[in-house]
Amino acid sequence: MTTLFTSDHEWLHIEGDVATIGVTDYAQSQLGDVVFVELPKVGRSLKKAEAAAVVESVKAASDVYAPISGEVIEVNEALAAEPALVNSDAGGKAWFFKLKIADKSELGGLMDEAAYKAHTA
Amino acid sequence: MLARDESPLKRTPLHALHVARGGKMVPFAGYEMPVQFPAGVLKEHLHTRSSAGLFDVSHMGQLALRAKSGKVEDAARALERLVPQDIVAVPPGRQRYAQFTNHDGGLLDDLMVANFGDHLFLVVNAACKAEDEAHLRAHLSDSCVIDSLSDRALIALQGPKAESALAKLGTDVTAMRFMDAGPRQVAGLDCFVSRSGYTGEDGFEISVPAAQAETLVTALLENPDVLPIGLGARDSLRLEAGLCLYGHDIDTTTTPVEGALEWSVQKSRRTGGARAGGFPGADKILAQFESGASRRRVGLRPEGRAPVREGALLFADAASSEPIGKVTSGGFGPGLNAPVAMGYLPTSLAANGTQVFAEVRGQRLPLQVAAMPFVPNTYKR
Repeated sequence: MTTLFTSDHEWLHIEGDVATIGVTDYAQSQLGDVVFVELPKVGRSLKKAEAAAVVESVKAASDVYAPISGEVIEVNEALAAEPALVNSDAGGKAWFFKLKIADKSELGGLMDEAAYKAHTA
Repeated sequence: MLARDESPLKRTPLHALHVARGGKMVPFAGYEMPVQFPAGVLKEHLHTRSSAGLFDVSHMGQLALRAKSGKVEDAARALERLVPQDIVAVPPGRQRYAQFTNHDGGLLDDLMVANFGDHLFLVVNAACKAEDEAHLRAHLSDSCVIDSLSDRALIALQGPKAESALAKLGTDVTAMRFMDAGPRQVAGLDCFVSRSGYTGEDGFEISVPAAQAETLVTALLENPDVLPIGLGARDSLRLEAGLCLYGHDIDTTTTPVEGALEWSVQKSRRTGGARAGGFPGADKILAQFESGASRRRVGLRPEGRAPVREGALLFADAASSEPIGKVTSGGFGPGLNAPVAMGYLPTSLAANGTQVFAEVRGQRLPLQVAAMPFVPNTYKR
């Protein structure tokens, strides 16, 4: 499994042709206490950079963009019931959605962990 | 080089303390203010409801209004030319909520007015304070002297443990009731203390000389019951309490009647009262008291979990194309663990329990008109 990152503070776990996507611990620390998460519908085709999900704190709403193109094959229903998971386990239990990757060449534009650490330093 | 129109942000006397406590500083009404501290908006909100929260509101305007005659009644009569409230009837040691109106019956600002025995003490919104001061000077200088108390800081101490936090500094405020106000010693400092605030909780606002503000706040924060609270939680607390935010829920286009603030206009200033009218926009406002207004500020409870925020358009049903109103404040209420909002609706749809729809990200979300405050207030009356 490979883990990649975007400059918008999302992470992607890549397994075969499926990408699991969430937001980074840095992102959750900037968002503050998450009180609501809106996820895309299963079956929706997302284009790279399209608004895919919404994460809301007490204060504000923020979009989560599709880091790559693909079809939504699963969403994390647990986030609807417990949005605070984004704060407690951003990199693990608080995954947002899974995409069937449309074009693997789009992964080339993403960062590895070392590059992402440098990006947030 | 700074562009000419980019004036640098001002700082309150507590700026260094906020930075030292980890406050996340943001621009607000021309000031650099803490939006939150490391605890975060949610915990800060809940801490204020369960214990005590300390807010820096030094960006707000503090003014003294003195009659040239030396009589506070004359200052009160003068101020009544600019507000629809009964100021003459505010006894020494008491405070009242008021609004400056314009000739269309709209609101230039809302404010607190206290009778300090020989003069009136006013607290106005930060974003309006220069205009408010100019407004007072332009209209009341014939009979009054207006002093801007820019050498004073203002802090709010709010929550069920606010009274005991002041007692620990040797200040007995147990005899004060909600909206009592006057000069008092706090920690040996010459302060003005009112039992009021902007959270729906029992609590106090304390005006302190700027040079001693840090000493006072440091002493209050030594008490583990007291946490510093940022503007983020101040906003969610006042929203749960159903209190208006000037520039959002009320402004120059909303009258006191449209803003559901009839309670703040005493009978003496209404038609048939002892000093009816005589304030800007009186014709329109008093007519609305008789025959009602076409729209009204209401509380709104989204039926789902999604917050409905300021600016969201409101619709009578899930399909109609014409908006009927707009959300003016909205977010998440940590005390209710649910989203809350307020906004304007046609008066015919303003009854509690009426279902309306808000457009959020292309979807129509159902909301119900609901009574405010959303969270019962705990004022010590």
